[in-house]
Amino acid sequence: MSFITGVGLTAFGRHEGSSSLDLMSKAAELAVADAGLTRAEIDGVLCGYSTVAPHIMLATVFAEHFGIRPTYAHAVQVGGATGLAMTMLAHHLVKARVVRHVLVVSGENRLTGQSRDASILALAQVGHPDYEVPLGPTIPAYYGLVASRYMHEYGVTEEDLAEFAVLMRKHALAHPGAQFHEPITVTDVMKSKPVALPLKLLDCCPVSDGGAAFVVSRERTSETGVRVLGCAQAHTHQHVTAAPALSELGAEIAIARAKQAAGVAISDVRYAAVYDSFTITLVMLLEDLGLAARGEAAARVRSGYFRRGGEMPLNTHGGVLRYGHCGVGGAMAHLVETQLQMTGRAGNRQVRDASIALLHGDGGVLSSHVSMFLELTR
Amino acid sequence: MSHGKRALADWTTGAEAIVYQSCAACGSLQYFHRSFCRACGAPDPIEKRASGEGTVYAASLVVRAATPETRAHVPYNIVLVDTVEGFRMMAHGDNDLAIGDRVTARFSQFAGRLVPYFARTKIMRVRSASRRKHESFTASKR
Repeated sequence: MSFITGVGLTAFGRHEGSSSLDLMSKAAELAVADAGLTRAEIDGVLCGYSTVAPHIMLATVFAEHFGIRPTYAHAVQVGGATGLAMTMLAHHLVKARVVRHVLVVSGENRLTGQSRDASILALAQVGHPDYEVPLGPTIPAYYGLVASRYMHEYGVTEEDLAEFAVLMRKHALAHPGAQFHEPITVTDVMKSKPVALPLKLLDCCPVSDGGAAFVVSRERTSETGVRVLGCAQAHTHQHVTAAPALSELGAEIAIARAKQAAGVAISDVRYAAVYDSFTITLVMLLEDLGLAARGEAAARVRSGYFRRGGEMPLNTHGGVLRYGHCGVGGAMAHLVETQLQMTGRAGNRQVRDASIALLHGDGGVLSSHVSMFLELTR
Repeated sequence: MSHGKRALADWTTGAEAIVYQSCAACGSLQYFHRSFCRACGAPDPIEKRASGEGTVYAASLVVRAATPETRAHVPYNIVLVDTVEGFRMMAHGDNDLAIGDRVTARFSQFAGRLVPYFARTKIMRVRSASRRKHESFTASKR
């Protein structure tokens, strides 16, 4: 068994003067304290990457900086799926009794540490160096391509996509750590600057500074435990040019395997945390995961289904779309929020029932997927 | 550059051609050059020159670019084209291309490089709505 015993999250936005290591340390400190542990008790470290300060041994660098000597440590890189991939690995490491407490940590000063152009350029390199990158695509363009096809096949409109930006902003309003605190409307999204059509500025996640961390332990460290029920991955391609048909995408493969590993059905899920780098990402993943039928996700947003008080509260912190996106830590905030919801500590954002949660992360251009189910145990 | 020797030059090395590979053992096609077939692993797939004919599978008009060189070209349309030969490729295309349009390749200069560029196949020009600007880009809604 494995439990998410502690979580830590910084505010996202501008952290002028903070390095990636600073942000990692801040989040790690919060998570270790939240788990009721001391630094010396952490014997495993998994960390993501920083595009601002790339390093071939980031976990070791972090461990030295943070002042710990783990018996197991390395970095993991799977783009937006990194956070959940690390959680999955931590789950298996503690289950296999390799370590007792794994600190999963990431942080990056992506907003103030480099220019927006540099961020966009760094991320565009997920494209093929010979056959894609010379054409000048950006990450929004890769997802713009996917969006154009998905909208064509399933009759999804730009207004439908906009609903998700509005919902995430609404949720972010209730979180003091979120990067954005002004409400927006569908019209605002439709009128926002075109980036890579059909995606406009408000369909895209921002670039942020921030850090996130959690501790995955063999035993619970407090009365309420959040247990990893089961998880699975799928990797179908790297480049959008080589992506399979929309009906064969990795999210469906990953969720099918995760359901089997966890022994649960989608109907058991009470809270959803789904990666949302762009509005189209969220729409497609919700429909791939079975949280909405094909082409119906937007209707479910309009009916309030994914709201805090709805049947399936979704990304109640605002997701990477509106809480912010600092790289690996961005998607980790989904898990931090889920753990807070499950343990009844989400304050003004608290949902009625988050006893079973579904998390899903995606890296690349819907390339790498991790699905995970968590369960509250008392 | 990719591994393995290339028999035919293509746009990735500055020649006005689109080249793909075909496996003599299993018949699979691949666009990204490799020294083996990705489907069956057989070595040395045969290089072939594509006709440049295809159908638009997806399109995204880039308005926000990330470098001074690419910014000089905005807006530019990134398209995925399903070629008549049966492989998919990324290229540039006319700004008003819509999914399902039959297209023909030529080559153009982009940020100091030669890139494949697709325009509607001539016979289709009659029903072209090329006056549409990017604000009314509706390829995805059809």
